[in-house]
Amino acid sequence: MVSPTRPSASEGGTNVKRRLDVALALSYRQVMVLIKNPSLFLPPMLFPLMNFIAFAGGLSKLRQVNGFEFAGGYTAFTFVFVLLQSAAFSGVFMGFNIARDFETGFARRLLIAAPHRSAIIGGYALSALLRWATVAVVLTVVALFAHMKIGGNGIDVVGLYTLAILVNITGLLWASGIALRFRSTQGSPLMQTPVFLTLFLAPVYVPIALLQGWIHTVAVYNPVTYLLTAGRGFISGDPSRVLLAYACGLGLVAFFAIWSFRGLKKAERAAA
Amino acid sequence: MRTVHQILEIAGRSVVRTFRQPAMIIPNITFPLLLLAINSNGLRAATHLPGFPTDSFLDFFIPIAFMQGALFASAVAGVDLARDIDNGFLNRLALTPMRSAALLLGQLGGAVALGTVQAAVYLAAGIAFGVRFKTGVAGALTLFILAILIALGFGGLGIFLALWTGSGEAVQSTFPLLFFLLFLSSMNLPRNLIEADWFRDVATANPVSYMIEAMRSLVISGWDTQALLLGFSFAFALIALALGLSAVSLKSRMART
Repeated sequence: MVSPTRPSASEGGTNVKRRLDVALALSYRQVMVLIKNPSLFLPPMLFPLMNFIAFAGGLSKLRQVNGFEFAGGYTAFTFVFVLLQSAAFSGVFMGFNIARDFETGFARRLLIAAPHRSAIIGGYALSALLRWATVAVVLTVVALFAHMKIGGNGIDVVGLYTLAILVNITGLLWASGIALRFRSTQGSPLMQTPVFLTLFLAPVYVPIALLQGWIHTVAVYNPVTYLLTAGRGFISGDPSRVLLAYACGLGLVAFFAIWSFRGLKKAERAAA
Repeated sequence: MRTVHQILEIAGRSVVRTFRQPAMIIPNITFPLLLLAINSNGLRAATHLPGFPTDSFLDFFIPIAFMQGALFASAVAGVDLARDIDNGFLNRLALTPMRSAALLLGQLGGAVALGTVQAAVYLAAGIAFGVRFKTGVAGALTLFILAILIALGFGGLGIFLALWTGSGEAVQSTFPLLFFLLFLSSMNLPRNLIEADWFRDVATANPVSYMIEAMRSLVISGWDTQALLLGFSFAFALIALALGLSAVSLKSRMART
């Protein structure tokens, strides 16, 4: 058995010496895998679209409930949640790919070949971002066709999509941490269930003021609530709690980066 | 061997195999419960809409757990049969005097058993958390039977997809499309309260709406003959359609092998 000892970064004759090369090569491969296997790409594309159509089309009457205060209309209200959800799940679905790469042996070969192994996570993160970018474009086009009102200016829109990028990176870092520890697709439910629960334990359908009982208490302490509040503020042109939302987003990225890189160390030890 | 014995043999194998996969079974049972817990609270504000038929969103939403359970049962049935196709079991079975009808009905054993367990769990959980049936014990029993029939119908659809594609991955990929039927129904609001005309029209044309409304009527409005007739009719129609399509697909798959 070949031990995956780390090659020297100073060795010549290879195009994977630098971190960026490793990350770009890995993300290129992931994109090719997705292009060649539409069945892997369709679920992350279909679920946000289904949610958006079901929520925006089926629940729009909720804006008539007393106390529902949102200037942008129900389509925009829903769009922000679905955008963040799609970002999180694009990251999570990339976790499935990492687990599959361990099952097929590709990840072990990658550990042998890459001089900068931290770039492996960077490569998967870049792939997750590219995958989500495709979903986000489709989702945005569908929302615009559905007459979504955008009250915010260009900076607000950039603010919204930047928040979604932070959520995407968080989703990838969480799922990669699981994948690197389990190194099997059997860990898939553990990758997606907590993310699903965290997202839906936020004010998804109505503003937080209209939530009652235990779900209101949970939503108050859920960081996703602040991401949603800021995102909805951006799209309606009335940004609120922006600093808190970015602090939550960056905090999540920092926390789960540690989680993911510790997972990488465990995977390296297991492969040695 | 008589056909009934053949069905029981295959069904027994299907049931054992289904329940030997806790990693597939447990999420399939718990996920609809989690969604029920979250949505019955998250969407409670909807009960304040004028014309909403009940003041408990849990009562309104509980049929969705049964529908989701049925959809998950379809995926389990489909993936299991696709695995049989993939590893050659179906081809070996084709060399025996096994009848096609026994194979189709037997393969549904796992889905029906899973649907039954799911329905019992959702019913017990619902009652424990405060769901009260306007139709009493008889209504709860009727809902239980309807839920099993729906699981049988969607399980049959899973079997058809497996026979048609022969691939577990393809069955899994088609699964979101089945879920789409649920999303485009009256799952979240009564049809008369759906504001978007196109969505209301789609929900009205969607048979899943009538299955949900039949179950819902038993909980919140009492014995509604029309809702029940529509719900049971669509459930039986789904079973007939799924088994018919499966029989045709099985015939063509056997001819190929």
